[in-house]
Amino acid sequence: MANMTLTKTPMPEQDPQIRARNFQEVALGYTEEMAMEEAKRCLNCKHPHCVEGCPVNVRIPEFIAKVAAGDFQAAYEIITSTNALPALSGRVCPQESQCEAKCVRGVKGEPVAIGRLERFVADWYRQHVNAMPEKAQPNGKKVAVVGSGPAGLTCASDLAKKGYQVSIFEALHTAGGVLVYGIPEFRLPKAIVANEVEKLQAQGVEVMTNMVIGRVLSIDELFEMGYQAVFVGSGAGLPMFMNIPGESLKGVYSANEYLTRTNLMKAYTEEADTPIAKSKAVAVVGGGNVAMDSARCAMRLGADKVYIVYRRGEAEMPARLEERHHAKEEGIEFKTLCNPVEILGDENGSVKAIRCIRMELGEPDASGRRRPVEIPGSEFELPVDTVIMALGTSPNPLIRSTTPGLETNRKGCLIVDEKEMTTRPGVFAGGDAVTGAATVILAMGAGKKAAAAIDEYLNK
Amino acid sequence: MYKIVRKKELNPSVTLMDVEAPFIAKKAKAGQFIIFRVDELGERVPLTIAGYDREKGTVTIIFQKVGFSTNALGALNEGDYIRDFVGPLGRPTEVEGVKRVCVVGGGVGCAIALPSAQAFKEAGAKVDVIVGFRNKDIVILEDEFRACADNLYLMTDDGSYGEHGFVTVKLQELLERGEQYDRVLAIGPVPMMKFVCKTTEPFGVKTMVSLNPIMVDGTGMCGGCRVTVGGQTKFACVDGPEFDGHQVDFAELMSRNGVYRDREAQVTKDHACRIETMGKRLIP
Repeated sequence: MANMTLTKTPMPEQDPQIRARNFQEVALGYTEEMAMEEAKRCLNCKHPHCVEGCPVNVRIPEFIAKVAAGDFQAAYEIITSTNALPALSGRVCPQESQCEAKCVRGVKGEPVAIGRLERFVADWYRQHVNAMPEKAQPNGKKVAVVGSGPAGLTCASDLAKKGYQVSIFEALHTAGGVLVYGIPEFRLPKAIVANEVEKLQAQGVEVMTNMVIGRVLSIDELFEMGYQAVFVGSGAGLPMFMNIPGESLKGVYSANEYLTRTNLMKAYTEEADTPIAKSKAVAVVGGGNVAMDSARCAMRLGADKVYIVYRRGEAEMPARLEERHHAKEEGIEFKTLCNPVEILGDENGSVKAIRCIRMELGEPDASGRRRPVEIPGSEFELPVDTVIMALGTSPNPLIRSTTPGLETNRKGCLIVDEKEMTTRPGVFAGGDAVTGAATVILAMGAGKKAAAAIDEYLNK
Repeated sequence: MYKIVRKKELNPSVTLMDVEAPFIAKKAKAGQFIIFRVDELGERVPLTIAGYDREKGTVTIIFQKVGFSTNALGALNEGDYIRDFVGPLGRPTEVEGVKRVCVVGGGVGCAIALPSAQAFKEAGAKVDVIVGFRNKDIVILEDEFRACADNLYLMTDDGSYGEHGFVTVKLQELLERGEQYDRVLAIGPVPMMKFVCKTTEPFGVKTMVSLNPIMVDGTGMCGGCRVTVGGQTKFACVDGPEFDGHQVDFAELMSRNGVYRDREAQVTKDHACRIETMGKRLIP
């Protein structure tokens, strides 16, 4: 008998007051009982629209039916037949605009908590089974994957399952890309990412860290080394600044730098050598998920006051509702319809305030969102000692500038065909390197598609 | 993990290490840098490459033990491993088309001026070298410079060896007596590079400086190493590390380099007692 409750089974979370000062995971996950109860809300539709809403087409009603029956192992196998990284996507996917947006239960009441269930299944498996996958029968072909973020990991996993000998080249010292340098521990524990990387290694994937492709080896040299195809999943790592006065003051960070110091370099622990500003008041400029992550890290690092400064209204913010909600619960103040015009420094060259101007919304712009317009004479100063610029990122030029024949668009994104192949035969690409900054799941979808295309290309 | 195959103390505070890193050794060029991380808890620290042996697959680094991480690295010995060692990063020294160059090195900066001087020589330029040290005891790489320089001018601040005076005194003298350089390359402490630029400016000699701002990843991702050059923001890790010194905002660079100074002093003090654990620490 289906559970006809209109709302999702709530997922326990750390208390906002407490979690705002620690780096442990915010959401605590379902118990087995909660998961089974929530799974019973699924009506097991004949034509499940949720599957269409998923970039990697997880067979959602099938796995949920297994959860409802208490067969979590079977549920895990169904999910991982199309999604290599459920513990990640269950945590960081914007389900509300994908699978859950299409759920029939959402017509009246809340949709089935597909994301929470996926997360539950992945966590249950990791805690109870965590069997390392078997190595597939080698097919004798070598593929290089550049970047170990969500696109690269997914592509490598799918290729390894088909018997390819895959090497991942990662520029940083730890595999995981944005999953380890960008997304904070309290949203995605790093041990989970490390576990996924270990599974890949068990499948025979070679993970080479400290390898900056475009510097230490070029794409052409990878081919010379015997790789028959290359997948570029190098992400969108180049931070943007506003080009306003004061951006070189001490205490101004790109979100990339702030998050990398905090997450990858573990600056939040006493033991790590990497320093980070001990801030009292922080302004984070931007309205995306990265802005929320930065603000929430700043709060956890001990700031008394953290502001989100965003030039449009809250309704226009690209950040997920859940992230905004969590940020506010943790005491982060939203200064919407405010745009920074200058960062002010003290006599030591350190930030002392950010000067902003108030905005109002005018006519819709090219993005369909109402264009923010300055209100003359409305400038004000916000006293802060740290400013974090979370304005978005663009693809790193290192690979495109060292690979002849690799074409990019005006924004520096690699151009690919419908099979994810770039303008260089045998070189495929996906994720933020192609789309510009987007989501983990879209990158995973692209990695998956590219793996299938590479398989087809090498078997022509 | 990257093995230290040779360690040599060049003077009491400056250490040379040859590190096994075959991929980097194959690709490295003068002027580029590596980033090391001593162990799991270490920070990422950039060091300009002091040399390489493409056949042996080793990269030479020469560093001064000034802060916590360089002391931690210096505590490792031959046969020990460095956790991470990545490179070659940044753009190489531009040597093409330069016919007559004066390479100016200050202190430990001489270690990285040497490969650039050698690269100019190999590219066919006539190479003058001015190296400066505080005193006789800390002079490094004299023989190596002699081998590649057409003229070597060795200066000490106190006159205890070579000629008495700063490198800028000698540079001024050479320029005034009419030496026609089409390039000056200065590598050393930021104030020294700034004054080299001041010296060459009236003579209109293009002067490149090798900058060493604070950075994290070294691939253009963090933007922490941004410097203002000719009024534009540049990332030292990907656009540099060498820039036209007459365009560099040195005051801003010096200010930004001091951002963690207080904490560094504290950490160095706190960690001094457990330096022997370096290279072996793990994330708890």
